[in-house]
Amino acid sequence: MVGILQDKDRIFLNLYGLQDWKLDAAKQRGAWNASIDMLRMDRDWIITQIKNSGLRGRGGAGFGTGLKWSFMPKEVRDRPHYLVVNADESEPGTCKDREIMRHDPHLLIEGCLIASYAMQAHACYIYLRGEYVKEREVLEAAIKEAYEAKLIGKNNVHGWDFDCYVHHGAGAYICGEETALLESLEGKKGQPRLKPPFPAGAGLYGCPTTVNNVESIAVVGTILRRGADWFAGFGRPNNTGTKLMCVSGHVNKPCNVEEAMSIPLKQLLEEHCGGVTGGWGNLKAVIPGGSSVPLITAEQCETALMDFDWLRDLKSGLGTAAVIVMDQSTDLVKAIARISYFYKHESCGQCTPCREGTGWMWRVMERMAIGDADPKEIDMLLEVSTQVEGHTICALGDAAAWPIQGLIRHFRHEIEERIHTYRSRKPHFAGATLAAE
Amino acid sequence: MPIAKVNGVEVEFEPGMTVLQVAERAGEEIPRFCYHERLSIAGNCRMCLVEVKPGPPKPQASCALPAAEGQEIFTNTPMVKKAREGVMEFLLINHPLDCPICDQGGECDLQDQAMGYGRDGSRYQENKRAVEEKYMGPTIKTIMTRCIQCTRCVRFVSEVAGTPEIGMIARGEDAEITTYLEHALTSELSGNVNDLCPVGALTHRPWAFNYRPWELSKTETIDVMDAMGANIRADSRGPEVMRVLPRTNDAINEEWLSDKSRYAVDGLMRQRLDRPYVRVGGKLKEATWAEALGAVADVLHGVAPERIGVIAGDLQDAESMKAAMDLFRSMGVKNIDCRQDGAAIGGGARGGYLFNTTIAGIEQADAILMIGANPRLEAPLLNARIRKSWLWGNLKVGVIGERVELTYPYEYLGFGPATLKAASRNAFAEVMKNAKAPAVIVGMGALARPDGGAILKQAADLAAKFGVIREGWNGFNVLHTAAARVGGLDMGFLPGEGGLSAPEIVAAAGRGELDAVVLLGADEIDTSALGKAFVTYIGTHGDAGAHRADVVLPGAAYTEKPGIYVNTEGRVQIAERVVFPKGEAKEDWAILRALSERLGKTLPYDTLADLRHALINDHPTFGQVDYVVGPATGLDLGKLGGKGDIADEPFASPVRDFYLTNPIARASVTMAECSAIRSKAPALAAE
Repeated sequence: MVGILQDKDRIFLNLYGLQDWKLDAAKQRGAWNASIDMLRMDRDWIITQIKNSGLRGRGGAGFGTGLKWSFMPKEVRDRPHYLVVNADESEPGTCKDREIMRHDPHLLIEGCLIASYAMQAHACYIYLRGEYVKEREVLEAAIKEAYEAKLIGKNNVHGWDFDCYVHHGAGAYICGEETALLESLEGKKGQPRLKPPFPAGAGLYGCPTTVNNVESIAVVGTILRRGADWFAGFGRPNNTGTKLMCVSGHVNKPCNVEEAMSIPLKQLLEEHCGGVTGGWGNLKAVIPGGSSVPLITAEQCETALMDFDWLRDLKSGLGTAAVIVMDQSTDLVKAIARISYFYKHESCGQCTPCREGTGWMWRVMERMAIGDADPKEIDMLLEVSTQVEGHTICALGDAAAWPIQGLIRHFRHEIEERIHTYRSRKPHFAGATLAAE
Repeated sequence: MPIAKVNGVEVEFEPGMTVLQVAERAGEEIPRFCYHERLSIAGNCRMCLVEVKPGPPKPQASCALPAAEGQEIFTNTPMVKKAREGVMEFLLINHPLDCPICDQGGECDLQDQAMGYGRDGSRYQENKRAVEEKYMGPTIKTIMTRCIQCTRCVRFVSEVAGTPEIGMIARGEDAEITTYLEHALTSELSGNVNDLCPVGALTHRPWAFNYRPWELSKTETIDVMDAMGANIRADSRGPEVMRVLPRTNDAINEEWLSDKSRYAVDGLMRQRLDRPYVRVGGKLKEATWAEALGAVADVLHGVAPERIGVIAGDLQDAESMKAAMDLFRSMGVKNIDCRQDGAAIGGGARGGYLFNTTIAGIEQADAILMIGANPRLEAPLLNARIRKSWLWGNLKVGVIGERVELTYPYEYLGFGPATLKAASRNAFAEVMKNAKAPAVIVGMGALARPDGGAILKQAADLAAKFGVIREGWNGFNVLHTAAARVGGLDMGFLPGEGGLSAPEIVAAAGRGELDAVVLLGADEIDTSALGKAFVTYIGTHGDAGAHRADVVLPGAAYTEKPGIYVNTEGRVQIAERVVFPKGEAKEDWAILRALSERLGKTLPYDTLADLRHALINDHPTFGQVDYVVGPATGLDLGKLGGKGDIADEPFASPVRDFYLTNPIARASVTMAECSAIRSKAPALAAE
């Protein structure tokens, strides 16, 4: 057997699109099974089940999904409740939600219905990344099927009026931030809002709103069908369940795979991805959770477990579990400089540290990539990154700072070498020796 | 009240306050750029970061964080110091080092806070960002490279001004504040964005490169461009008023100012009458004061009092009107009027011509019916109040009159008297009757016409039907357009028994029934229709009145004399002298005092103080400085107005061109430019 998770325990049975995504096939795989019974249950039962399952948000921050749901007002007052599904999957390296929407859209729609019922929402908006055209087509077709089969919509078989809308974004990374997403959904410029108030108090159009990642919602139906204990049986305590992991970079077979949480990183790479190119010894570093988390070294990869707590202890993070593998051939400084450019490009420009800091950091990184910098600037760059981190409205500032911090933490010597090499060819630097000598 | 600790000191605060406000209450200064008391909270400059316990272990934006009971706020910890230094460094890396040529220099928030909270040097070695200039109209000079994207201007135009024409485009470090269409702002309040701008990105275009703030003498005084009596600070250098800025007064202008009040001051240096003139052989010839006063006295001596007319203009201070009234009354002249537009108001109870709800009080109204009023042009600051009330509350507005853009939606009921007559039965009547605090605003568009008295009666009757006067609330309002008007009405600068009103004086002069007309700064009448009457003009500018005058006696503009003005809500305010009158010009009351001596009717006051004593003695309301009666006005709506036929002419605001309503504004280059651009605007929109 490969990996930890057995086939019988997979939630996304059509992850690779080998079968049909349509309603009939999805029903055969278990979607919509017993959903009527679930909606007959008490709302608190559903929320308690999700809490007990230990499901942590799959969008990157890892906040308890059940806990998040419980923040919604207990009763609907003058304002309707909304569920918003964050399908603006834009984190570089991450490609899990698109597979769900392409190949298993009914699991998502079913999850939307159940979650909406649990939070007393009659409407759900799926905010789809601008570049996901094919996914939108499939998702919209699946929603149409669900409407026609009376699974959702007014007077559906579940007895809970529910409408599901797909909103196609315009392709901005920042719109994956939940409040920027809400702004964008309202038709405004996608800029994060100040919190508080949190969306559960005043979200979409000022109404109580919960924003969840696609994967968090798509697993809800199966968790309820198979029981919270089943889901909680995978992984270490506080890091339970199964998780889609997207492995890219220098592995022989890059792949998306559903695996149990807390699988050793080494096992993930060796068994599912055919190992690192050139063998394990050729590994240099891994970004374990999408471009925004700090990288970890090959040494740390030996023992690392793919879960929230372990990677947090390594001063990195699970993020979206988008593993980016880099072997010895990688120019790490240049790679991180490219990531810095991405964050500079995607900063919304609203608040000062991120607007000004991302550009600054990127420019210094670009210089460091060729070595045209002063060794003192490494410390300056580190300090600038801490001036951005934690000083911004949303987490994009943190996301821009962390990769650089990770690089300097583990590969400072590479930058220093780069600078030294550059200077050694330039006679005007003090202490430089002429190559011709 | 809940209690929080600021740097270890306990502070009581009101629920709903932010951490920033609590810290200020404790006496701690919190640096900020984007936060402004009167705008929504953006929280984007990150300068106001403080440390808060309990909370996450990172600094928090105090402007946006609600204070909580038992919270511990720290503004002096190493974390806060580092956070402020960091944000300041980020703000400065792309800010040009052009302070020596920047008009904001000396009163720049960024400059001040960089001194207070920044580091000494720069670690930034890359190139600075440059941003193209934007065109925002004749009042706003843009140097957008200096912009720190605080979005105060964006929030001002979309929230307060109601003309959402500035916004931020692009993102990240490419974000720019722009009008995008490169059109002038269409707001009458556009100049306020220059005040709001914490850096030199938006500065006052008319005053660009004219002064340094530390060179100016600052005088707190009162504005006269409309009947609001906005509180201003006039900054002068030598003989010239260099600029006018708003002073905070929550009862009147909050801290805003209309473009006319602000930028018309360049008109104080142009077209000025700086010496007396006497018409000789059809042409005005320079004369001495003795010659000019003698010429006037000679004529007036030989004219019967019933063949003399006196009209006071819109910018007159109460003292000069009092002096003129005393002088000509003592001569037996009955043809005296301060209502040059012929408005049918005055006499009777004071509440009959005041804005009784008060300017601040209009925010309490939940239904407003406007009759022949266009507050956007007649009183832009009042309009901003009404918009605020609509924005944050449930205000409903109905309009009888011109169908104009008021910056908030309203129900348009009709254009004129016919609608007014039926107004108690239309759909909006229900809104007014059911309102908790209904208000009626009657404008000069309805009153300044021959049938104004009868219309006032109808409007008052309608107001009575809606029950606008009730316990603690008086919703009957007259919106004036002239700064001098309420003062004139308060002292009774009105035709005596059988006397002629202003339009009648003009008509009678035209028919040859009057031999002498004295214009006290009155330029808004048809001066060409005065026939062969001997016209004496006391005023400041070579405008309509001076062109027709036979003798010109140069007076002092509002910045050149101490004066009392009463605003539309009946608030008495005292303006101060900022600079001295131009050339040989004198203060108006002194001219009248000198004239009175020549006429043998010497006025019984030798100083301004004596004159004010007399004014307050005769009319006690003038002694109640900065007091407003408000809802306490006992007002019998049934007694207002007069009888007569009503023509079905549409109500039309007397303010046809907002920028050119008085001699000072007409002499202003800036106002001329604004006017030209505004009159072109519809054509552009239609393209």
